[in-house]
Amino acid sequence: MEIIRVEGISKSYGKHQVHKDLTLSIERGECFTLLGPSGCGKTVLLRLIAGFDTPDTGRITIDNTVVADPAAGINIPPDSRGLGIVFQDYAVWPHMTVFDNVGFPLKIAKHPKNELRERVMETLEMVGMSSLEKRLPSELSGGQQQRVALARAIAANPSMMLLDEPLTNLDANLREEMRFEIKELQRKLNITVLYVTHDQEIALAISDRMAIMDEAGRIRQIGNPWEIFERPVDSFVFNFMGIANFVPVRRVGESYLVGSGEQLIPWESPKGDAPEWVAGFRPSDVQIAPQGPGLRGTVQRASFLGAMMHYLIEVDGAHLQTSLETHEAMSKGLMFKEGETCSISFRDLLWFTAESLKAVTKQ
Amino acid sequence: MSAITQKSSFGAAQIILFFSIAILVIVVAVPVLLIFFNAFWVNDEFNIRDVAKILLEPDTYQALVNSLIIASGTTIGSTIVGTFFAWLVTRTDLPYKSFMKSMFLVPFMLPSFIGALAWKMLLSPNAGFINKFFMNNFGFDGPIFNIYSYLGIILVEVMYLFPFVFIQVCGALERMDPTLEESARISGAGLFTITRRITIPLVLPSILSGALLIMLYSMAHFGTVAVLGIENGIFNIPTLIYQRLHQSAGSFASIRTGTVLATVLVVTAALIIWLQGKILSKGHYQIIGGKSFRPMELKLRALRMPLLVFCLAYIAFTIVLPTAVIFLVGGLKTYGLPFTWENLSLKNYKFILFDYKVTKDAIWNSVTLGLGAAVITMFAGGMISYVLVKMKVRGKGFLEFLGMLPFSVPGSVIALGVILAWSGQFGINLYNTVWIILVAYIARYMAFSLKANSAALEQVHDSLVEAARSCGATMWQTLRYIVLPLVRPGMLAAFFLIFLPSLRELTVSIMLYSPTTRTIGVAIYTLNEDGETVVSAALAGIALILIIVGQTLINRFTRKAGV
Repeated sequence: MEIIRVEGISKSYGKHQVHKDLTLSIERGECFTLLGPSGCGKTVLLRLIAGFDTPDTGRITIDNTVVADPAAGINIPPDSRGLGIVFQDYAVWPHMTVFDNVGFPLKIAKHPKNELRERVMETLEMVGMSSLEKRLPSELSGGQQQRVALARAIAANPSMMLLDEPLTNLDANLREEMRFEIKELQRKLNITVLYVTHDQEIALAISDRMAIMDEAGRIRQIGNPWEIFERPVDSFVFNFMGIANFVPVRRVGESYLVGSGEQLIPWESPKGDAPEWVAGFRPSDVQIAPQGPGLRGTVQRASFLGAMMHYLIEVDGAHLQTSLETHEAMSKGLMFKEGETCSISFRDLLWFTAESLKAVTKQ
Repeated sequence: MSAITQKSSFGAAQIILFFSIAILVIVVAVPVLLIFFNAFWVNDEFNIRDVAKILLEPDTYQALVNSLIIASGTTIGSTIVGTFFAWLVTRTDLPYKSFMKSMFLVPFMLPSFIGALAWKMLLSPNAGFINKFFMNNFGFDGPIFNIYSYLGIILVEVMYLFPFVFIQVCGALERMDPTLEESARISGAGLFTITRRITIPLVLPSILSGALLIMLYSMAHFGTVAVLGIENGIFNIPTLIYQRLHQSAGSFASIRTGTVLATVLVVTAALIIWLQGKILSKGHYQIIGGKSFRPMELKLRALRMPLLVFCLAYIAFTIVLPTAVIFLVGGLKTYGLPFTWENLSLKNYKFILFDYKVTKDAIWNSVTLGLGAAVITMFAGGMISYVLVKMKVRGKGFLEFLGMLPFSVPGSVIALGVILAWSGQFGINLYNTVWIILVAYIARYMAFSLKANSAALEQVHDSLVEAARSCGATMWQTLRYIVLPLVRPGMLAAFFLIFLPSLRELTVSIMLYSPTTRTIGVAIYTLNEDGETVVSAALAGIALILIIVGQTLINRFTRKAGV
């Protein structure tokens, strides 16, 4: 059953159109991620749902109640939408203790004192902050402040939680730890989460479903993390979900040739009649060998990155990257030097027309 | 699961915006508009020729020229003095630098008209103590310096206004990233070249902006010129407005001359503020690192001691001497007696505090007016700043324009404006009551409140407010629990920024007082005019004590609150 429904939303700031006719729905109890490059309007969408901004047209429904519909003159203020929000900059009130911060939504909802206390302590325990309730935010680390913000967002049992890049300001280790905790919390409370981020790794790790937005604020694909990663609908999604290799392929008569050379493609031909194609694959899908079947190429650059070996390979004017674990390279004799020739094959690849790719590489 | 409740938005934002606009319109915009209207609109028609005629009358023309001469002289003098001392205390190895720095800021809190009064006692051509001392002991035929002159007025204004430049330049020099200078040094530049090619260009915006502030202040400055100029027929714009109004008891012709002169002041002020904005936005280099670095210090070597003596002498001569004279004269039995123990007593101080109705009323009036104006302006300014900084409502642009007004309307213009607005033409007659002074104070000090409150509100990030809204707090609850506690230090700062200056206010009160509504400033000035020099000096002494105690309390308080 869906909890949030966004129908035909448009929003502009002055001349800058952020969203145009956007439609989206989020199921109850799922962790839904909006993933897109910075400036794509994902935060704007979150603010529209939260009620900090009003859409120009369209309708937003939360829990079967219309909360924003400019055509019908409906705009329910953010304090009546029953949501919990965690901001990128924590937004923990500096003049209140941890206890008062977390207890604020309960105090506003006029919960009795002892019930409030019980609930606050219970929530603080959930986020691993018990015994710090008397501290002021200035006495907490960034990660602790974010836990307070999280506790505050769930204290009043909101119907759903909106998180706006909550981990961006944390350092790498803490980020990883916190993303598991958020996921754990979401499962435990069975709460709906809308998570906004530009970080693919977090999105893949945390989401039940995710939506990929492009710079123009359009949603390119909605699906579960596995679908998005393995079955991207277009080159934008493919490119955005990780480092991608794009090898140009041209059609000569009935055969397809790689780059500017004469090597035939060792894969199934693309379906369609475009003259120029691009084969897309991830570095991890490339297999490199001293010789054997596959394309012949030259190692142009070999970088030793500790645990990994990284190669840049040229095949008839086309460049592609691959990496493999160093111990595997050592044991299988795959330590190449720059200038050596090699043979490469592929585990998996996707076809794009050259035209659709131009739009991506331009960005 | 908390349910969603439909609530009609009752337009709280619009109500606040409406009140904010209403306050600024009534208190500032209407008086200013009435001045323009009265200046240009005669007998139901627009008349610019008449305006030109008034401006070209010998007296008014001379006042315009005088304002310009005095303001230019004061600006140039203060900029040189302020920049020089700022450089000395930030970039050299002068001894006792932090003591010097705090001493150079003292003139900030001393009212310049009290300073002028002291200098009149010291250097008036016939009776000045210094002049008499030289004539009696060294056989001078005439006074060694006549303070009743352009130069005298300019020098006194410089003494009290140079901190405007000093504080700006000190700030810029202290926060300047020293690597900017170090990289020049590595490139092979000597200290002189660095100062000329790197340091001065980088702090130039601060110097210019401080200088323009002084220009703005001096153009519209009443006290010093009133005390030192009128004797010799030197009038500037505010003193001429006052004199015309005072002599004719508010006749139509005098009000009209006043409005025309006031228009000139407003236009000049607007021009200066526009220029300042331009300079500041253009010169906004990223030279400020935020952190405190240790800048290069110039070794003064042989000049170290002479410069130290020079600074100490400057402080003694411009701060200690005038203050001492005020207190000493305030203790004399009769003006003109020599300063000997048998001539000095605390009788005058006791008299003005406990027995003399005029001064007792004046102190009471100033304190209550100051408190009233400070409280009202603190809250009104807080609300207006909230709309300006935090709210997104339609019609805010108009409020932004109105919010600029208090910054560019000089005191004497406000006084004239409130006379036009509140003397019964619009049904309310406050003339000759304390209320008209209160209204004028609110208009005059609104700028301080807007500045302090806006600065505090800008520290409150939007997400703090939004977090409260998403926790279910209404706009009012958010204001009460989140915004107000966070901006309280800013509001308190606004309170003191208004209360203290209003204790010594002269420019506005002098145009609006009646026999029962004198303020401290008015009482000091009028008693002095009436020849009651010792009583006037004693009251000035009391005012100085009030101001210094107040300032000390604020400093302690603000340091504690970490503002």
